[in-house]
Amino acid sequence: MLQLKQITKVFNEGTLDEKVALKHIELSLQPGDFVTIIGSNGAGKSTLMNIISGRLAPDTGEVVIDGKNVTTMSEHDRARYIGRVFQDPMAGTAPNMTIEENLAIAYNRTVRRTLQFGVTKKRREFFKETLATLQLGLENRLHAKVGLLSGGERQALSLLMATFTKPHVLLLDEHTAALDPARAQLITNLTKQIVEQYRLTTLMVTHNMEQAVQLGNRLIMMDGGQIIFEASGEEKKKLTVEALLQEFQRIRGSQFASDRAVLV
Amino acid sequence: MITALFSSVEAGLLYALMALGVYISFRILDFPDLTVDGSFVTGAAVASVLIVGGVNPFIASLAALGAGFLAGCATGLLHTKGKINPLLSGILMMIALYSINLRIMDKPNVPLLQQETVMTIITTAFQRFDQALATFIPFIPKTWAIIVFGVLLVTIVKVVIDLFLKTEVGLALRAVGDNKKMIASFSGNTDRLTIIGLGLSNALVAFSGALIAQYSGFSDIGMGIGMIVIGLASVIIGEALFGAKTIVRATLAVILGAIVYRIVITLALRVQFLETGDVKLITALIVILALVVPQMVATRAEKQRKARKRGAAVASTQADYESV
Repeated sequence: MLQLKQITKVFNEGTLDEKVALKHIELSLQPGDFVTIIGSNGAGKSTLMNIISGRLAPDTGEVVIDGKNVTTMSEHDRARYIGRVFQDPMAGTAPNMTIEENLAIAYNRTVRRTLQFGVTKKRREFFKETLATLQLGLENRLHAKVGLLSGGERQALSLLMATFTKPHVLLLDEHTAALDPARAQLITNLTKQIVEQYRLTTLMVTHNMEQAVQLGNRLIMMDGGQIIFEASGEEKKKLTVEALLQEFQRIRGSQFASDRAVLV
Repeated sequence: MITALFSSVEAGLLYALMALGVYISFRILDFPDLTVDGSFVTGAAVASVLIVGGVNPFIASLAALGAGFLAGCATGLLHTKGKINPLLSGILMMIALYSINLRIMDKPNVPLLQQETVMTIITTAFQRFDQALATFIPFIPKTWAIIVFGVLLVTIVKVVIDLFLKTEVGLALRAVGDNKKMIASFSGNTDRLTIIGLGLSNALVAFSGALIAQYSGFSDIGMGIGMIVIGLASVIIGEALFGAKTIVRATLAVILGAIVYRIVITLALRVQFLETGDVKLITALIVILALVVPQMVATRAEKQRKARKRGAAVASTQADYESV
C-alpha cells in the first residue's frame, strides 16, 4: 500500500548546520497495516511524515502509494491518497466555517471540486450519520462554527474528516499529544474504532510508548534518522513498555533520553 | 440637500461593487490586496477607451471586468509563484498598473461626456416613467433610474457571490483564508485558489471602476488613489454597523457600508470649514472610528457585566450573613 524506498533527507546540506534527518529509510506497509512509530525528538519521525505527505521532498529515494510513484507529486495532489491528522487540534479544521462546511471540504479530498453546492441535502444526511459515530453530539450542531468547539471535539472532527473518505494511507502525527489525558484517551479509542471500521492502512507517530504498544499490528522505533527496531505480529502483541526500553538501551547503549518520552 | 444624498446613494451603490471585491480579498482570502488602487483605474480606462472607440458600453464594462480579473491573477501569481509577501505583491502590481493604465488611455484623462454610456442608456430608457413618478414624488431627481439599476445590479452580484461561496470551489476558497494547512491536506490547490480569488476580487473592482467612470463622465489616471482605503472603510463600517455573522449578512453589510460611507462623506463636506481636499483625512478618521469604537463598546459591556456579577455576589453573601 505504502512503500518507502531508500529515503534520505539532509537539511542545510553543505553548511555548519547540516543535519541528516533520514538515512536510507526502507519501509513497506501492507493493506490494513497499522504501524506505530516511536522515537526521541530529532529521530526523524516528523520528517518522515512530511515526506510521505509531500510537504517535503526527499533528497533520494521514492515514495510509492498503491503501486504509484508519488515522489514528485505536489502535496495537494497527493492528498487524494492520504488522510492526515496533525498534532495541533486547530490545524485540521477551518475555525470560521461550520461543521458541515468543514465536512464538505473534507468530502472533496477525493472528488474534484466543481461549482455545485458543497452541502446538499443528501450530503447533510450522510454527514449527520458519520458524525453520530463519534458519539459527541456534533450531529446536532452542523451549523456551529468549528472555532467554538473544544480541542478534543475539534481533534475528533479532524480525525473523522481525515478518514470518512477512506484514504489509501492515514497519517497520524502525534494527534493526541496536545490533549489532556481524558481527551487523549477518547481520541485514541476513536482512532482504534475508525481504523478498524474502514480497515485503513495507518502510520501513527506517538511519544506515548504505552499507546504505541497498545495500538496497531506493527511498531517501529526510530533514532538518528534510521529505523533501529521493528516488531510485528505476535512479537508486537507481546511487547511491553519495559521491553521496549530495554531494547532501545541494548541497541543504542544509552538511556532513552527524551524529555517528552512519556513512560506510562 | 436631497439631491446630494440621492447622488451619494447612487455612487455608493456603484462603489459597493468595489467594496465587495475588497471583501473577497481582505476577508475571505485574508489577503490585504493593494492592487485595487490600480485595477479600479484599469477598469475605468478599458471601458472608456472602448466606449470612445464605439463599443457598446455594456460590453465595454464587461471587458473592464475581464481586465480586472487578469490584473488580480497577476498579483496572485506574484504572491504564490514568486513567493512575494502579499502587501508587496499588491503594491508592485499597483505601481505597474499605473503605467499600464496610462498606456491604455494614452493620456491621463478620457472624457465621456459626449458619449453614450450605461448611465445615459438607462436614464433615457426610463425617461418615459419620469412624468408619472414626478406626480407621486415631486422632489425625485432625474437620475432615479440609476438607483434602480444600481440596486438591481448590486443585488444580483451579491446573490451570485453568496451562492458561489457555498459551492465546493467557494468553500475551498474560504478555507484558504481560514486555514491553509487544512485545505492543502484536503487536496485544495492553495496557489490556484488564491489566484482565482484575487482575480474575482479585482474583476469586481475594475467593473466598479468602469461604471464610476461612466457615471462621472470621465476616467482619470488618479481616480484610484486611496481606493483600497475606501473599500476597507466600506467593509469595516458595514461590519461594525450591520454585523458579519454569516456570509449573506456580511455581503449585505459591505454594500450598506459603501453607501453609508458615501453619505457620511457628503454630509461631512457640507460642514463649513471642511474642504474637498479633506476627504482622505475624513476617510482615515472614519475607518479609525469604525475600528476602535466597536472594541471600546465591547470592553465596556464586558466590564459592566462583570461589575453586575460582582455586585450580585456581594449582595448574596451579605444576605447570607443577615440570615445567620
